[in-house]
Amino acid sequence: MSEPMNYLDGNAAAGELSTIFAMDVTTAEGQCAHCGAFKRFAEAQLYMQAPGVVARCAVCEHVLLRLVNARPHVFLDARGMTYLRLDM
Amino acid sequence: MWRVGTVVALHDETMTARTIALEVPDWPGHVAGQHVDVRLTAPDGYSAVRSYSIASAPNSDGRVELTVERLPNGEVSPYLAQELAVGDRLELRGPIGGWFVWRTQQTEPIQLIAGGSGIVPLMAMIRWRAATAGCAPCRLLYSVREPRAVFYRGELQALSDRSNAVSITYAYTRATPKDWPRPPGRIDATLIATGTWPSNLGPTSYVCGPTSFVENATELLIAAGHGRESIRTERFGAIGERK
Repeated sequence: MSEPMNYLDGNAAAGELSTIFAMDVTTAEGQCAHCGAFKRFAEAQLYMQAPGVVARCAVCEHVLLRLVNARPHVFLDARGMTYLRLDM
Repeated sequence: MWRVGTVVALHDETMTARTIALEVPDWPGHVAGQHVDVRLTAPDGYSAVRSYSIASAPNSDGRVELTVERLPNGEVSPYLAQELAVGDRLELRGPIGGWFVWRTQQTEPIQLIAGGSGIVPLMAMIRWRAATAGCAPCRLLYSVREPRAVFYRGELQALSDRSNAVSITYAYTRATPKDWPRPPGRIDATLIATGTWPSNLGPTSYVCGPTSFVENATELLIAAGHGRESIRTERFGAIGERK
């Protein structure tokens, strides 16, 4: 292990994301815009020690999503995903 | 949406971990494996949110149990594990997460692998399976520092004595019980071979613990022939003060 393992999984962001999404995001499947991997959001690598939350692809580690809570605004950058498929 | 739960009981699991039973009047019910966010707000308005797994089986009586391990430099867990008293109120958000869950409709063998307090959401699955007399064969590989660090010890013993409830393999990393056959150490390929379902039975594996533990266990499962898609993980670490 060359680098300290300091990430969690997508699950850990579910509470914060529930303030934005009406549906459960952890079971949603998203495609990485960088490598094309199609994975559950729960499987993403989640970094929480930044000023916001950063989710990275579990396959190529490209940034999938950034969420910054700067009241009274929440900034969501999801351009790292081609799309996100949510279960109705 | 934040709900308010009232502490109705407290129970020490180990020297550093405590189970907090909460009554949440409008609790919508949960699925085994889910977590909640807990929000503490100081008098000056500063608030901190942390995630904790639900230890209790799903039920409809509005009671939720969390087991919280006190982290040495934690901002929230020392309060929850030491100072909280019966009658206190906590703000909760959840239940959260639909991926790291076990549902009774699943009939394939269940392989649970816990590192330390990673046992908490897996205990909800064990309890729920026992309560519903589920027929999915269930094994638990539980890695702990030392014997006295085991959570739910008596209950796990009782369940493993009950035929068909859960079969448990303990792995000690620092100190073992007297005359234990295996020296202290991390989970390795031998323990995976002897303490878990073989891949040809098609189990679904749930691995929960610190990030490095989860990485190690997952790689060992994959090396033992399990497909990555059959392994569900829940990592926690000091940063998220998970569990």
